[in-house]
Amino acid sequence: MIKNITMTGLALAFSATSSFAATDITWWHGMAGRNGEVINEVAQKFNAAQTACALTPVSKGTYEEALASGIAAFRSGEQPNILQVFDAGAATIINAKGAVIPAEDLITKAGYSFDRNAFIDGVRYFYADSDGKFVGMPFNSSAPIMYINDEALKKAGVEAPKTWEEFEAIAPKLKEAGYIPLVQSQLTWQFTENFFSRNNIQFATNNNGYDSVVDTELKVTDPNLVMMFEKLKSWADQGYFAYYGAGWNDNQKMFEENKAALWIGSSGSFGGLTKTAQMPFSADFLPYWGSINGAGTSSFIGGAALFAMAGKSDAENKCVADFFQFLTSPEIQVFYHEATGYVAITKAAYEMAKKEGYYEKKPAAEVGIKQLMLPAGEWSKGYRLGFYPQIREIMEREYGRIFAGEVSVKDAFDTIEKEGNELLARFAKTAG
Amino acid sequence: MTHAPSLSPTSAAPTTAAGFFRRFRSAPSEPHFAKRVQFSSPFLPYFFLAPQMAIIFTFFYWPSVQAIQSSFYLEDPFGFGSTFVGISNYTDVLKSTEYLGIARFTAVFTAVVTFFSLAIGLLLAVKADGVIRGNATYKTLLIWVYAIAPPVAGLMGMMLFDQHIGPLVKFVALFGWDMKVGLNYTDTATAMIIVSIWKQIPYNFIFFLSGLQGIPVSVREAALMDCRSGFRRFRTVILPLLAPTAFFLLIINTTYALFDTFGVIDVMVKDKAANNPITLVYKVYMDGFRGNDLGGSSAQSVILMIIVFVLTIFQFRFIERRVHYS
Repeated sequence: MIKNITMTGLALAFSATSSFAATDITWWHGMAGRNGEVINEVAQKFNAAQTACALTPVSKGTYEEALASGIAAFRSGEQPNILQVFDAGAATIINAKGAVIPAEDLITKAGYSFDRNAFIDGVRYFYADSDGKFVGMPFNSSAPIMYINDEALKKAGVEAPKTWEEFEAIAPKLKEAGYIPLVQSQLTWQFTENFFSRNNIQFATNNNGYDSVVDTELKVTDPNLVMMFEKLKSWADQGYFAYYGAGWNDNQKMFEENKAALWIGSSGSFGGLTKTAQMPFSADFLPYWGSINGAGTSSFIGGAALFAMAGKSDAENKCVADFFQFLTSPEIQVFYHEATGYVAITKAAYEMAKKEGYYEKKPAAEVGIKQLMLPAGEWSKGYRLGFYPQIREIMEREYGRIFAGEVSVKDAFDTIEKEGNELLARFAKTAG
Repeated sequence: MTHAPSLSPTSAAPTTAAGFFRRFRSAPSEPHFAKRVQFSSPFLPYFFLAPQMAIIFTFFYWPSVQAIQSSFYLEDPFGFGSTFVGISNYTDVLKSTEYLGIARFTAVFTAVVTFFSLAIGLLLAVKADGVIRGNATYKTLLIWVYAIAPPVAGLMGMMLFDQHIGPLVKFVALFGWDMKVGLNYTDTATAMIIVSIWKQIPYNFIFFLSGLQGIPVSVREAALMDCRSGFRRFRTVILPLLAPTAFFLLIINTTYALFDTFGVIDVMVKDKAANNPITLVYKVYMDGFRGNDLGGSSAQSVILMIIVFVLTIFQFRFIERRVHYS
């Protein structure tokens, strides 16, 4: 209720400054801090660029809160025009047939042409249906990449690893030089989902869940994934890897403070890291296993997409299409890319940033895009799994137990697969 | 038991507690007839009650009925489709070893937090009651912690127990305890319990102190003449006179530990429960608001309602019997 009042107040305040004839549209998102400010700047640019539509962005807290507010609002018929939904929540909104208008339909209906090939490969499929039609409009996209403490590697006299085998070889030297060789910030996104994408291994049945919600099952007892976590556990025991819990920042901190040599973070982290890291750093792709056949493919995108909610007037939908069109223009993409660190999602925008010489100044900013532009494998396009935020919670719980020494890696993945499949079966019932 | 207090799932909510509180406050010291108020019209009392009833119906009964209803369905979060699944949401939850583990932790957590926050609150109140010089300052210092909102308390607790910079972690490291809050289940549980107790002590302190000050000086003096042992005087005279306060606080503290510690837990697990301990109410939030599993989450909240209902009946039937109000 209070949220609604504030929102109306905000909407009024915004519309008062713009033309009264304009069609008002709202955009609920889950970004805070600097990223939230950049969203306001993007909206201001859109409102300044045309007079027909007035866009009001509203922050709803975190990604989860934005999705929950969007759902609650939809059920009471008060949904915004645009809702930002994060990667793990994609299945929830895409499987709710009738909750959203596919972005591609919206844009072509508004009279624009839509070229799927204009988008870089890594972002093309994740929010699309199994035929490749864009349902969500990719917005803030990121990739899990490896940050390198240049000082540490120099001291140890080693090169940054491309594969996990190379990491195993240099880890003792890094430890000897007085560093924690490896830290990471999100085992689910970086070492599970993107383990499957980077090593080109099937994550779930039914084409990673894209083909149907019925009978979709996880394949997390895959021997390669079990091997990855057995390695992580043994590295942790030998002092080559350190785990500081499921919180992102507790782990990142060790890298910032020049105590860790390598950190798996997000391509979107580098802006903040530039300010906080106490040593020079660079970045490279998320390592893969050289021993796995066909590994080294592109990663899934992380981040979130924008969804056009159904049940709105044609005039408002036209404005949303205008905004999506505006958002994918190279100028705006480059602005957003440089202001936040999220990757540019169109090839034209990437070329433009390159031409500007941006990557010569900030080479780390290019790593994420390059990783998403790597050749796609059969299993690196995405996953579509219902109740996935809860499945991630199960993973986080079991991973915590692995590193606390309470369960074996094999048992942990058996539990994740069993409980995860129960959730997927439940989800299939809700969607049925 | 001379009268049956009206019992309903609301009993745990502050509504009953507030009514209880009113009774408790007016009971011991004032003469009985003071409560008899004459209204000029028979409708007037209902008129005064109406706003309160409206709030209870809108914010409690109506959502409860909805929760019970949706606990029998599996529902698409956006409200497109829902399948009637009978009691399978309940059986799924009750069969889950995870859920039972959380229930066990919740029971231990509630018992420990309630016991220690009551015990320490009482101890401090008794000591503060005895202080003669500078007692205003002393009491204020003990009370003002209550003004801290639970998330802020959680945040402070988190800083105190932070694995990298927490002063308390550094302190216990001196004794060889490598405390890892957020990583180790027991360590996180310990930190959570300490912060939750700390947060609730001032509240109990205020009530116990006012309860103590309501005990007539003549009674204390008489007791002092009869018995030299301070502890025995406390046990046989002061404590029974404090019983109404203690019983009220027992209910309030149980509710606090079950529900109001949500903010503390949320901040301490930093939004990612992982392998850390959580309570039942946090699980409802995780499944319902973050996982969008409305049916399962509703079933869990109905289970919580039943637990609270049973607890309240138990407390009123078996404990209140021993409480004397005047």
